[in-house]
Parts: sequence; structure tokens; C-alpha cells
Amino acid sequence: MIEVKNLTKSFDGKIVIEDINCVFEKGKTNLIIGASGSGKSVMLKNIVGLLTPDNGEVLYNGRNFIGANRDTKTDIRREIGMLFQGGALFDSKNVEQNVKFPLDILTDMPEDEKLDRVNFILKRVKLENTNKRMPSEISGGMQKRVGIARAIVNNSKYLFCDEPNSGLDPQTSIQIDQLLQEITDEYQITTVIVTHDMNSVMEIGEYILFISNSRKLWEGSSNDIIHSGVQELDNFVFANKMMRKIKELG
Amino acid sequence: MRKLGQYILFLGTLFKNPESFRTYTKLVLDECVLIGINSIILVSIVSVFMGAVSTLQTAYNLVNPLIPDNVIGLVVRDLTILELAPTITGIIFAGKVGSSIAGNLGTMRITEQIDALEVMGINSASYLVLPKIIATLLMYPFLVILAGSLAIGGGFLAAKYGGVLAPADYLSGLKLEFNEFSVYFALIKSVVFGFLVASISAFMGYYTKGGALEVGQSSTRAVTVSCIAILLSDFVLAQLLLV
Repeated sequence: MIEVKNLTKSFDGKIVIEDINCVFEKGKTNLIIGASGSGKSVMLKNIVGLLTPDNGEVLYNGRNFIGANRDTKTDIRREIGMLFQGGALFDSKNVEQNVKFPLDILTDMPEDEKLDRVNFILKRVKLENTNKRMPSEISGGMQKRVGIARAIVNNSKYLFCDEPNSGLDPQTSIQIDQLLQEITDEYQITTVIVTHDMNSVMEIGEYILFISNSRKLWEGSSNDIIHSGVQELDNFVFANKMMRKIKELG
Repeated sequence: MRKLGQYILFLGTLFKNPESFRTYTKLVLDECVLIGINSIILVSIVSVFMGAVSTLQTAYNLVNPLIPDNVIGLVVRDLTILELAPTITGIIFAGKVGSSIAGNLGTMRITEQIDALEVMGINSASYLVLPKIIATLLMYPFLVILAGSLAIGGGFLAAKYGGVLAPADYLSGLKLEFNEFSVYFALIKSVVFGFLVASISAFMGYYTKGGALEVGQSSTRAVTVSCIAILLSDFVLAQLLLV
């Protein structure tokens, strides 16, 4: 479980996220949604420690990450896996080396055990027989799946995804969403996904946090989102014709 | 001044929270190949011609019958060991390796590969930059020795086939009043220049912000600043150790 308390971050005096409180529960797909520039990616970067907030706390199973000493921070970080918007695969390494990388650096596992684990995870994300291919030789969707495999190969307790569907076609997006949900449920991971893809929201949003103008405006599940009664959220959810029609139909 | 302070802090972060010795050993060996071995051909070609041209030009300028021909060998030897081998190779090294380091790290930064390392709890600066600096410190003196040897060899070829002086005179000049400190001085310079090129280029690349355009700008800045740093430190070292 991750608890975020009073999180505030500004750049050069401009507040980007302000006083945000929320709880991301274990075994659930938690979504942070909002329009572009609303501060959701900044919030994610503060939670994983890529940015330092001006104020607030982030508790990983009760351990405060922000004010922790270097050793505690390193311990917590080694329980974190992250899928970046562009995949962030290491260009100079092939698929197998990319997925094996956390095991090489963070564990003392024997080589054959590492390879078994890599092959198991690659199979889990439906990427068998791609071990020796370079990131530039595989599609965007496959790169995302390699990114997911790398994020969970070390039995991560927390999985963060920044716009996992960006640049993907709708069908591949749904496959990625389903994979994330299955993995979250199967390994009981605390998954936090930043997205503005409404398909993802409706498909896998077990807990949804809506941010607008730097502040938390609403939280709930995909079942409640249609009847939220929050104007900004309605504008976001029902931005396209089809969604407006669905709302009219009740 | 702000950049200088940031550079010094950056050097400090290289030693914080390092990974295991085994990890660095493999990375350093990989970097030795990329930085050192892959530069041998370029350095060799430049050095041979540098030595040959130095011999021809020195011979062209020393036409006084009172100056013996073997002085040409002496001038080429000292010029090569003291200045051409460490400094000109340093400038070439900055262009080839420095731009590559900055471009590589800049691309890793803008494609979030550095962030991926940080999220895993790895000190990205230490993991990515320290092996490059250690490899440069190991390989650049080797390249300078190679450059010096080939330049002197190039001078010999110019003497033999250019017809400007007898090869025997050239060889006798090489041995004339040889001061072994000049070799130590060249090696000291090679260590300093190697460190400056690797660390400055890594600094420029590591803090790249933006996109592809900024990666290119970082590479250019890395070469420019490295060259200026080499020339400045060349003067300071000469003043401190030779005067």
C-alpha cells in the first residue's frame, strides 16, 4: 500500500501539484487521470523519487520515502518497478539483457537461475523467442511489454506506469491494460498508472484519482465515474461524441 | 561559476552508493574497448602524419648550415613527446570520444533510460560515468604512448622517403640530450587530459534537457569545453612542471 499525504510540488514558484492526499491499495490497479499538463506525471515522479516534493509524505507500507536516509530509499527503490512512457529500454542491450538487468545489478542469483526467471517473465508477457532481439527491432507494443517484464522481473511490490498506452493502437492498448491488470492481481502488486486514455479508465480503473489544475478533484472507481457530479471530470470523461451519447443513454 | 559548482558536485556523486566491484569491472572493460581500442586507428593515422609533417616542416625551417641535421630529430622528438602526442591527441580524443560520451548520455537522459536506472535504486551517475572515466584514465595514456611512438616513426619515414635528411641523422637526433622527464610529463598530461575529456563530456551529456536538438548541442558543447580545458590545463601544467 502507498499513502500520499499533502503532496505539493512547484517549479520556479508555479505550483504543479498541491496538497494531494490519496491511498493506492495493494492488488489494485490505481489510476491517476487528468488532462495534459494537469500534474499527473509530476505526481508520479514525486512518488517514485525522481523529483523531490516541496512538502508532503509518501509512505510505502508505512515507510516514509521522502525523508528517508539513503539506505532506506535504496531498499524501497529496489521494490519498485516502473514502465516509462517510451519504454526506456537500454538501446545497447537486447530484450533478454534488458529484462535480466535488474537481476544482474540487484541480486546474487546464479546465471542459469536468472535466465530461467527472464524466460518465465518473457513468457508471462507473451514475448517468448524474442530474447536476442534489440529494442529497435521490435514494435512499440512489444517494447512496452519488455518494459513491464523488466519492471516485475525482480518481484517488485510496486509497479508504476507512465502513460503505458501512448503511441499504441487501441487493440494493443487493451492488451497492455489487461496484462497490467492480470499481473497486478496475480502477484498482488500495488500498481499506479498515469493515463488519459478513457478506455483504460473504464477497463481497469479500480481506484481512480482525478487531478485538475494541480489539485485532487475526485476519487472513486470506474463504476462511479459517470455519475461523479464533478463538472471538470465530466468534461474530461465525456470529451468525445461517443461518450456523450453513452451518458445520454443513461 | 554555477556550472563549475554543479560539475564539482557531479564528480562527488560518482562515488556515492556505488555498485559492486564485479559490475564495474565488466563495465570498465567494455568502455576500454569503446574508448581506447576503437580510437587506435584514428590516433595512429593522425600521429604518423603529424610526425612526418613535423619533420618536413622542421627541415624546411632549419636551413642554416651551422645547425647540424640531427637537430631536426631532436626537435621532432621533443615536440612530439611534450606537446603533439598528449595535446593534439587530446583534441582529437575530445572530438571522437567526448562527443560520443555526451551524445550517449544525452540520449539516455531524454529517453528516460537514466530515470529507469534511478528508479531501480542505482546511482546512475556512478554506474554510467565512473566506468567511462576509469577506462579513459587507463586507455588515454596508452593512446598517447602509441601516438608519440608512431609520430616519431612517421618522422623517420618522412626523413627516409622525403629526402630532407639522412635517416641516420634523424635517429642520432632522437637520442641527442634526451631528458626522460619529458616522457613523465607527457604521461602526467595524458592522465589530466583524459580525466577532463571524460568527466566534462559526461557532465554535459548527463544534464541534457529537451530532445534530439539538445543532445546535439550537448555533444558540441562537450567538445568545445573539453578542448578549452585541455589547452588551459596544458599551460598550467607546463608552467608548474617545466618552468
